[in-house]
Amino acid sequence: MTQSNRHNAEGRVSEAPAAPAKRGSSLSRLGRNMAQWREASILLAAIVLVIYFQATSPAFLTLNNIGVLSQFATAVAIIAAGQVMVLICGELDLSVGQVYAITPFIMYFAQQAGLPLGVAIVLGLVVAALIGLVNGLITVGLGVSSFVTTLGMLFFIQGLTLTISGGFPVQPVAGEFWTAVLGGNVFGALLWMVAIALLFQFILFRTRWGLHTIATGGNPLGASQIGIRTGRVKIGNFMLCSMLGGFAGILDAFRIGSIDPLAGGTEIMFMAIASAVIGGTLLAGGSGTVIGALLGALVLAILKDGFTISGVSAYTFDMILGLAIVITMIMNVHLSRLRARGKT
Amino acid sequence: MTAATSSAGEEILRGENLSKSFGQVTALSDVSFRLKKGEVLALLGDNGAGKSTLMKILTGFHRPTSGSLYFDNQPVEFGSVTHARRAGIEPVYQDLALINELSVFRNMFLKREILRGGPLRLLNDAAMREKADAQLREIGIKLPSVDVPISKLSGGQRQAIAVARSVYSENVRVLLLDEPTAAMGVRESKQILDLIRRLKETSELAVIIVAHNYAQIFDVCDRINLLQYGTITFDRATADTSIQELTDIVVNSYRNADQTTPA
Ligand SMILES: Nc1ncnc2c1ncn2[C@@H]1O[C@H](COP(=O)(O)OP(=O)(O)O)[C@@H](O)[C@H]1O
Ligand SMILES: [Mg+2]
Repeated sequence: MTQSNRHNAEGRVSEAPAAPAKRGSSLSRLGRNMAQWREASILLAAIVLVIYFQATSPAFLTLNNIGVLSQFATAVAIIAAGQVMVLICGELDLSVGQVYAITPFIMYFAQQAGLPLGVAIVLGLVVAALIGLVNGLITVGLGVSSFVTTLGMLFFIQGLTLTISGGFPVQPVAGEFWTAVLGGNVFGALLWMVAIALLFQFILFRTRWGLHTIATGGNPLGASQIGIRTGRVKIGNFMLCSMLGGFAGILDAFRIGSIDPLAGGTEIMFMAIASAVIGGTLLAGGSGTVIGALLGALVLAILKDGFTISGVSAYTFDMILGLAIVITMIMNVHLSRLRARGKT
Repeated sequence: MTAATSSAGEEILRGENLSKSFGQVTALSDVSFRLKKGEVLALLGDNGAGKSTLMKILTGFHRPTSGSLYFDNQPVEFGSVTHARRAGIEPVYQDLALINELSVFRNMFLKREILRGGPLRLLNDAAMREKADAQLREIGIKLPSVDVPISKLSGGQRQAIAVARSVYSENVRVLLLDEPTAAMGVRESKQILDLIRRLKETSELAVIIVAHNYAQIFDVCDRINLLQYGTITFDRATADTSIQELTDIVVNSYRNADQTTPA
């Protein structure tokens, strides 16, 4: 009876004119505007920076320098995509920079053991996923904060990488073609970066997984009350983040032509978190965008590269980076305050 | 239709000797209750009486420390919220379980999304948007757009969204409302109570309303249970009691609480 009423209701619905939906659509974008406004403002910052550096040094917009610039951006942006997923569900992954370092070694040793390149890469990514799984299980299952879990994992994987490598770098093995596809070619690497960012932006905003990720971080109790298995969502995102870290490590290994046990580490991890924050992701969970993080990574790369070209020291870059992070955070806080005021 | 009349009055949900402890805190000590099809049962009680805890047991969110539940006269143990929802028990939590960052329509279809299918489980936003819009209009909830995020809505609008979400879930048979009018103004409260009244007339949906302000819900409900100190101390049809009697009981319990400290 209840059910039949429900169906009647739906029957009537389909006859209803679509006018109110139309009326909604002008206002409808309002909700997403905040995020889009953020993204637009970072894009603007990037463009202004490009114009500035091009004006001060004409070498900036050369093909050669764009190659250098993309070296700074690709791995960071790919890791940031994963970090955004983890941050949105209310957690943090400090160990992803070490996963970046160990994954190419797993690939290398698998190849040494006679496995073909493709299988070796998959094996590397599986190990990366397992590291994410352990991060997730300890965080969710044992109730340890992800800050602590992944801090422990950071040191553990760092030691493990140094142990299995003996502390020495090795060279990745692949034919010319695959080397180019897997990051050896600058534009190939850029393509990977853009494709991964678009894919994860899509996952975040157009799939059920992304919806549940936002719900998990936005209102953890509410999400679990409605039946979302928030633990699974978190574990899954730890795994995705770890795999992206591993994949970024593989791309950089082929780009640089060397697998270094001390590559990446905390620096690349913090750059990725900085990119996410500058791109509008809140550490409190529930909101953020992958495209924002990509733009954040680009802004950081432009700053770093621009300073290098104009002969400004790396120390100055770090100071600017520090200011940029804090200023964006202040802007974020103020935006949410404005939002809260608009609501009441 | 005929099925409805013949089955109205049959029991749909029964709890026997339910208790729940959180460590040292005993939220419920011994609760037994019955809910019939088509019935609106008011669950009254002071703050901290255990009303929300009882609701969360019925929704599968908490497992009772002891006691048993019967759904359609069959013993049941709800292992999860999804399990209870599948059986037809739809909760509206006091804290609403809405996600501020998500739009109205995405909240309304959370965990029962309309999908386009495929391995990525793509959301069918167009279908959800249209359906949410139609459902809200049907029960008389006016919003500028179903695309606004929940954070932009008033407390009353949020409550209305949470109720609408539960009412329109697919096989709802028991609706649980925890303090549905707590965050609302008079006009908005009336809207929600009218909605419950309409549901009562047109369906055999059974409803439990948790409330604190019994004067407000007195006219809507068929029966009243009073929860005090973790147990049900009063169970009467609305027709056989009055607001005056309820007031007397509550006032008396305050007097007793003043004189003797409850064990
Ligand atoms: N998850 C919990 N952990 C510990 N104590 C709880 C929990 N939930 C409720 N309680 C306690 O149980 C008692 C009943 O709470 P509740 O069911 O929320 O009451 P009501 O909804 O009637 O106001 C209170 O003393 C409360 O502090
Ligand atoms: Mg309560």
